[in-house]
Amino acid sequence: MKDMLLQVEPLIPALRRYARALVRNGANADDLVQDCLERAVSRWYQRRDGDVRAWLFTILHNLAISQFRQSATRGRHVPIDETNEDDFGEAAAQERKIMCQDVLNKLAKLPEDQRAVLLLVAVEDLSYSDAAKVLNIPVGTVMSRLSRARERLQQEIEGIADKVSNNVVSLRSGK
Amino acid sequence: MSPRPITEDDLHAYVDRALEPERQAEVADYLGEHPDVAKRVAGFAGQRDLLRAALAPIAEEPLPPELNLSRIIENRARRPSVVRWAMAAMLLLSIGGLGGWAMRGALQASPGGLVALAQEAAASYSVYAPDRVRPVEVRASDSAQLVQWVSDRLQRPVKVPNLTTSGYRLMGGRLVATSHGPAAMFMYDDDRGSRIVVLTRPMSSADQNAPMTPRSQGDVGGLAWADDGVGYSLVGHAAPESLRPIANEVRRQARPI
Repeated sequence: MKDMLLQVEPLIPALRRYARALVRNGANADDLVQDCLERAVSRWYQRRDGDVRAWLFTILHNLAISQFRQSATRGRHVPIDETNEDDFGEAAAQERKIMCQDVLNKLAKLPEDQRAVLLLVAVEDLSYSDAAKVLNIPVGTVMSRLSRARERLQQEIEGIADKVSNNVVSLRSGK
Repeated sequence: MSPRPITEDDLHAYVDRALEPERQAEVADYLGEHPDVAKRVAGFAGQRDLLRAALAPIAEEPLPPELNLSRIIENRARRPSVVRWAMAAMLLLSIGGLGGWAMRGALQASPGGLVALAQEAAASYSVYAPDRVRPVEVRASDSAQLVQWVSDRLQRPVKVPNLTTSGYRLMGGRLVATSHGPAAMFMYDDDRGSRIVVLTRPMSSADQNAPMTPRSQGDVGGLAWADDGVGYSLVGHAAPESLRPIANEVRRQARPI
């Protein structure tokens, strides 16, 4: 268990970050990470050789997906404007903070599969092949999703860049 | 020699700094000559920086107590003895109290043969497969011990099927109680964490040999069969037919050579 502690513990902050960016609700996200860690503990000796980080992200991602499926059948319960800035910590400068919040709101508009790829690759620094393992898809699909995610996010950013103040209103009314 | 053409994938790998240095330089040269593409790529790189900056504070927050790994490990070591026995006791009490009278008729008419076996396998699956604390009693790493144990209790040599070619790896197993005596349960999971269970026990008089029969109960599906007095049932969270290739593999391996 000692080697597990040494290998898993440093990765918990990144798991939290991924969970929170994916499900956009702090309490839910931490529940997922807790589930993930419990699974990791009980399956530590059954894991295959290979990167512990990719293994943990795989467990976490699968948990998040099954939660998405459950909430999809029950109707979505996390409206996009419910998350507040506290959920994303404090950024240094106010303007930067607004931009950061804004990019997260736009990220949330992407379909889950595109959001997951973008987060794993661009934020969590997983290699394309590790991301493919986590998502259980071929590397080619990772690349095409990544491309679509970036194009779409860019459209969002450019399209609404000069109307930040309208953003919140349009999100609320467009539920 | 003219350079390899630049692909869309190269552009993303450039943003993600995933290219070999020479290729990175080639892409940089290309972008120097193609300002439109360079603008798009700069947009992607800007997104990447913004996302990282926006999400970085989360990773810097102090971890809440629920995410304390040492505590999770500790709880796991402690939990089985107390919680699980309490749960088992509660379950027995409620079955005994509420269901006793109602079950009187049902028990007398309890099914035998393959149907019973399939039900037992489905019940074991429903109880153990969702268990996150201790789905198996003996882990795959101690499979020699597991084989010895269940073979002793079933009073016949039991082989653990190897399902790696089907994408499932052994997690371990345990002995489970059935109304027809002890049965061996083996649990497997695949890379996505979905679990399947193989249950085997000697058959009583009925169905000493029986063809593979599908059966499903709610969203738990499976197949059961018997060969030479030993019954097998494979169940999972799937339609029975989708499990048939795996069941065939179990059956093939279980046959004496």
